[in-house]
Amino acid sequence: MRLRSLVAAAAVSALGISLAACGGSDSGDSSGGSSGGGDQTLTYWASNQGTSLDNDKEVLTPVLEKFTAETGVKVKLEVIGWNDLQTRIQTATTSGQGPDVVNIGNTWAASLQATEAFLPFDGAAMDAIGGKDKFVPTALATGGKEGTDPTSVPLYGLAYGLYYNKAMFAAAGLQPPKTWEEMVAAAQKLTDPAKKTWGMALAAGSYTENVHFAFINGAQNGADWFDKDGKPTFTTDGNVQGVLRYLDLMQKDKVANPSNAQYDNGTKSVNDFATKKVAMVINQNNADSSIVANGMKPGEYGVVPFPAPKDAAAPVASHVAGINLSIFKNTKNKDAALKFVKYMTDAPTQTTLGKPFASLPVLKDAKPVFTTDAAEAATFQDIYNTKSKPLPLVPAEDQYESTVGKAMNAMFAKIATGGTVTADEVKAALKTAEDQVAASS
Amino acid sequence: MASATVTEEAPVSPTASKPSGKRGLDRRPGLSRKLPYLLLAPAVLLELLIHIVPMLVGIWMSFVKLTRAFIANWAAAPSAGLNNYRVAVDFDGAVGQGLLKSFGVTIAFSLITLALAWGLGMAAAVALQPPFRGRSVVRTLFLVPYALPAYAGILTWNFMLQRDTGAVNHILVENLGLSTDRPFWLIGGNALVSLITVAVWKLWPFAFLTLMAGLQSIPRDIYEAAAVDGAGTVRQWRNITLPALRPVNLVLVLVLFLWTFSDFNTPYVLFGTAQPPAGDLITFHIYNASFLTWNFGSGAAMSVLLLIFLMIVTGAYLIITGRRSRRA
Repeated sequence: MRLRSLVAAAAVSALGISLAACGGSDSGDSSGGSSGGGDQTLTYWASNQGTSLDNDKEVLTPVLEKFTAETGVKVKLEVIGWNDLQTRIQTATTSGQGPDVVNIGNTWAASLQATEAFLPFDGAAMDAIGGKDKFVPTALATGGKEGTDPTSVPLYGLAYGLYYNKAMFAAAGLQPPKTWEEMVAAAQKLTDPAKKTWGMALAAGSYTENVHFAFINGAQNGADWFDKDGKPTFTTDGNVQGVLRYLDLMQKDKVANPSNAQYDNGTKSVNDFATKKVAMVINQNNADSSIVANGMKPGEYGVVPFPAPKDAAAPVASHVAGINLSIFKNTKNKDAALKFVKYMTDAPTQTTLGKPFASLPVLKDAKPVFTTDAAEAATFQDIYNTKSKPLPLVPAEDQYESTVGKAMNAMFAKIATGGTVTADEVKAALKTAEDQVAASS
Repeated sequence: MASATVTEEAPVSPTASKPSGKRGLDRRPGLSRKLPYLLLAPAVLLELLIHIVPMLVGIWMSFVKLTRAFIANWAAAPSAGLNNYRVAVDFDGAVGQGLLKSFGVTIAFSLITLALAWGLGMAAAVALQPPFRGRSVVRTLFLVPYALPAYAGILTWNFMLQRDTGAVNHILVENLGLSTDRPFWLIGGNALVSLITVAVWKLWPFAFLTLMAGLQSIPRDIYEAAAVDGAGTVRQWRNITLPALRPVNLVLVLVLFLWTFSDFNTPYVLFGTAQPPAGDLITFHIYNASFLTWNFGSGAAMSVLLLIFLMIVTGAYLIITGRRSRRA
């Protein structure tokens, strides 16, 4: 009998581990407020904007010290990598034990707003941070669902651009592309698998990057991913064709190395560009710091808007990308938190942080300072102000990102390993994603 | 916890499994009757706190609509009835279909990993049974994967399995010339092979350690007697080693199965956010289904289904093996 009970005991504890591990059970009490003992200390979670977490810390520390000198409020800074940030916010939301102020990817704004854990910037709160008129309207629109008080305000603006290697283009007698067709033709001319050079690098294994391009290509076809009621409309023809067009860069046009299917973040494709293995890369403007850090000089590359096909319905070149700033509703230091948000979004701080973090200004009338290349700055500012469309501002946005993005990962993997993906298969994959979103809302 | 229990008590001799009966204690009511319970109380209390309470919370979660709208104030989440379960087992729907596929992958992964880890462990334990010079060095070497922090080990595999820069392709393609085309290891169909390789690498030292400990309790003279009677190595292994290790194997196989079936770290670290369908193990699948979509009720329902399945498997295993040992 002893053996059986021993086996049973071992089994029960192993089972317990399995459930505890995947149940995501949170038994923390929700009574706690912000951490940090004194009433004049704010906890601030910053996202990774610089070249490393330490670099972020170095850049932010003097800025935060200046805030402390001005207001007497101390700031406890923690920089959190992108892989962990969402989970950390989730845990903070569930347990009520979070920071006072947090950076979020602006595409999460509507999803996070739905948790009701964040402070709405209503009339009074908005006035306290300097009024809504100081922000670029499209940037502020990413702060939450349309027609509601936003629960986040823009901090750093970002936009996609097509980076190209000037020397490679000149050597092949090419002009920077203005249409999708020109881009593909140029990329094909610059691709030579035997010499291990490719026209483009794609972060084809990164679901967050992939979903952005699904969105942008769909938007170029005039398609939307959600209808007015927030219901997913993933399988419309414009979206299917848009996704297929992007997949075809690797599948039909063969201008990207199949190995790109393993690139699970944008840094890897940017590095290929910076080390001159590829002639073009589509990335947000914060790629500048990585490109220069990897040895390319500012004058060696140019930027044009990510081109749409000749017969495109809309010349969308980017989504309104960027980082927003949110305050946890249960903060015990609401006034100090509002002061801090005002300080971070005021012109002097924006100018200080714009260069090291290579961000576009989110304030009206502000000039981009992230690059000394005037043409590049103007191009990005133009894309951000006139050629960008916000990602769907619906609570299910995060599910859209994960389901569609991961479906694209799988399709790229299939292409890279020798398979083909047809329009019908794209449609079926998007239908599955749509069902997943519908089932969990 | 399970591992500690097993390693300490694994080499139980078969005679100890006989019912011990109730003697002595029954005749003296009072303190001595309560004493065992008092002694057990702290352990039971901790067990409740660490395992049972989260389990109950998980079961509660599976019956409520715990989406992003309610996680900040989860006590107010409305009841979902059986809806979370209905979605999970609706195999015509996208969610149920995904779960079913992931379940299939996990079963295949667990059985193959279990067989390989046990086989390797057994082979190594038997090979290192006779004393020779440097035996302890080899033993230590074999235990390295078990001693390494799981994260560091798996991450190293991740580097080695990269298509362009990985050591595996460097050896296969450039050094050995087995293929002209560099295969992918972390996406596509090969992902399951990679996953099993890493899981076996991580797990087999435990099987080796347990079986090695079990082998110590078999008297050498039985082997000598068998050898005199003309039994070869294979015969000795089948007729002496295997039956003598039966109690150890009973525990080992079950624990290995439960561990591999609910393995989370290996796919999580090996594939990161870009997990391929062929490496979509069920715990990882559930993590994605609840954490990425902020739908914890649905994830909890899937976890409970997983728990029920593992309980059935464990129960059936205990009944079958228990019946056999009584017959033996």
